[in-house]
Amino acid sequence: MNREAIFDRLNIIFRDIFDDESITVTDKTTADDIEEWDSLEHINLINAIEHEMGMKFTMGQVVSMKNVGEMVDVIAASIG
Amino acid sequence: MRELEYPFDSETILKKSKKIRRELLNQSAGTSLLIKKIAVLGGSTTHDIVRILELFLLNEGIQAEFYQSEYGQYWQDAMFDNPELIAFVPDIIFIHTTCRNISVWPSFSDSAETVDELIRKQADHFTVMWDRLRELCHCPVIQNNFDYPFYRLMGNREASDIHGRNYYVNRLNLLFAQYAQEHQDFYIHDINYLSAAYGLERWSAPSYWHMYKYALNMQAIPEFAFNLSHIIKSLFGKNKKALVLDLDNTLWGGVVGDDGPEQLEIGSETSMGQVYAEIQAYLRAHKEMGILLNVSSKNEPENALAGLKHPDGILKPEDFVLIKANWEAKSRNLLEIAKELEILPEALVFVDDNPAEQEIVRQQVKGAAVPEIGAPERTIQILDRNGYFEVTSLSEEDGSRNAMYQANIARKQQEIHYGDYREYLLSLEMTGTIKAFEPLYMARIAQLTNKSNQFNLTTKRFTQSEIEQTAADRNYITLCGRLADRFGDNGVVSVVIGRIEEAVLHLELWLMSCRVLKRDMEYAMMDRVAEECRKRDIAVIRGYYYPTAKNAMVKEFYDLQGFEKIKEDEKGNTVWEYLIPEPYDKKNQVITLKNYGFKGEQP
Repeated sequence: MNREAIFDRLNIIFRDIFDDESITVTDKTTADDIEEWDSLEHINLINAIEHEMGMKFTMGQVVSMKNVGEMVDVIAASIG
Repeated sequence: MRELEYPFDSETILKKSKKIRRELLNQSAGTSLLIKKIAVLGGSTTHDIVRILELFLLNEGIQAEFYQSEYGQYWQDAMFDNPELIAFVPDIIFIHTTCRNISVWPSFSDSAETVDELIRKQADHFTVMWDRLRELCHCPVIQNNFDYPFYRLMGNREASDIHGRNYYVNRLNLLFAQYAQEHQDFYIHDINYLSAAYGLERWSAPSYWHMYKYALNMQAIPEFAFNLSHIIKSLFGKNKKALVLDLDNTLWGGVVGDDGPEQLEIGSETSMGQVYAEIQAYLRAHKEMGILLNVSSKNEPENALAGLKHPDGILKPEDFVLIKANWEAKSRNLLEIAKELEILPEALVFVDDNPAEQEIVRQQVKGAAVPEIGAPERTIQILDRNGYFEVTSLSEEDGSRNAMYQANIARKQQEIHYGDYREYLLSLEMTGTIKAFEPLYMARIAQLTNKSNQFNLTTKRFTQSEIEQTAADRNYITLCGRLADRFGDNGVVSVVIGRIEEAVLHLELWLMSCRVLKRDMEYAMMDRVAEECRKRDIAVIRGYYYPTAKNAMVKEFYDLQGFEKIKEDEKGNTVWEYLIPEPYDKKNQVITLKNYGFKGEQP
């Protein structure tokens, strides 16, 4: 799956989690850009992405990802 | 909502919780939600438990407001002055602890006495907290027992060695259970079972613990919250009351009208027969818990009975209150069953293997539970996990409830034979007992305050501890009435609570079970209220009626009792006043009162 396809699927997940159809994430998107994205919603988000993409983040990856772009890199590497 | 019925998709619930919440609130617009306050004291992160629990409660018509302790502060919140918790005035306290909160485990060098001492200390840590919370908040407390740790140092020996962690958890759980047996309004949320049913390996996710201090895996939270919601909705009177069962391919394999009773699959002859026998045994056991069993089947009545009389069947015709075998729409049968039993249609659970029948009932009988059963080997599991009949109190009467309802149906048939209603009432040879609340009846009284919706003037709910406090308070007059007749004993059916203030009695609660409607029991209660007032030199009684979606039948109740309406607001709340006349003429002429008053006191 290419990065673009991953972004498409991430957008759907983000919209579900934050119940906001206007969300579009980019490489640079961080928690600061989405009002309701706090540390607790982050857990819910990670869980939903893992389920949707059929992969698991390691603890090391979860604590080091800085923005959505890095998240997409990890997903791309993980699902090939 | 279908998304929230077992079996559900946990991922969808977690992902779309905001949307589901919005839809539940939209659906319930215009209906009256029960508003309750729930304090969640956590030994680990509780945010998502609360998020999902809220959905399951909304689905039961309960809108919860939550207090959450700071992370891991469950014990401090309870034990040290906490004005915030007190000011919150919780209706329920839930303590979310797990095996991650067990502070000390036995080490291999410990003697048996040392291990005993450890367990005692660990249990005391909790019991002092429960005692204090009960004293502080006077509300039901729900406590998790312990799940097993996710690893086993010694392997299988963990279960039997005195140093084993699994053995330790089992012993602690027994002590928790013992506390629950000895204390009212204390309930164990059995996560030891839940984690096993879910799968311990998936349940415990170390990464969630180490990263976010979640004691269990995120995906397990919907099952956790669902299981917890059963206790809460049960405490708030939202349990189902009756089962309506299909026959062909639900209680036995085959179609009795086509195949004949001898060809049905039921009993130990075939594997399918065994599955159905297990289903019948499971359903029959519900009778002992006080659940009313009924049949709705598209069959000729004689065929339905022939099937139920199958020698290998476990359910027999006499196990049912109502058997509707006809060719009417099942939705219509359900509504009639609800009417004849005098319960609300939403208190019914409909069990039928046919998806088309499920659908018509789902559409036409609003609020009735319609589990999606199909393959018979899954039926028990689906019914069981949905927690329709979660037991939070067992009263003595539960075991004989089916018989009481059957007697009620017999009474109604008798009614048809009498032209004069008073003559009919006299023919019932009714005897009543009306007394102040007594310890023996506290559980039943609390149960009634939470279950009665229709004949209930104020719909004020009480927990058992509140009932006990009220009974002990000299500023209250409390009365509970029992009614028996020649068909059977109805048990405690009416409850009145009045608060005395400056020589006026304010009726804070007046309810009656609908199973004794139109039997003049309300007049017998009124006579007794008036008499208790006169004993205390009270000459004025005030009654209050607060309308709900369900209690329209008692809108004019106080008018019938001779009260005068003195106030009405725009919401339809009314206040009534009654000056007790001298002499007072007894209103009840048909019920003979027995065991009058207290211990040998004369009328």
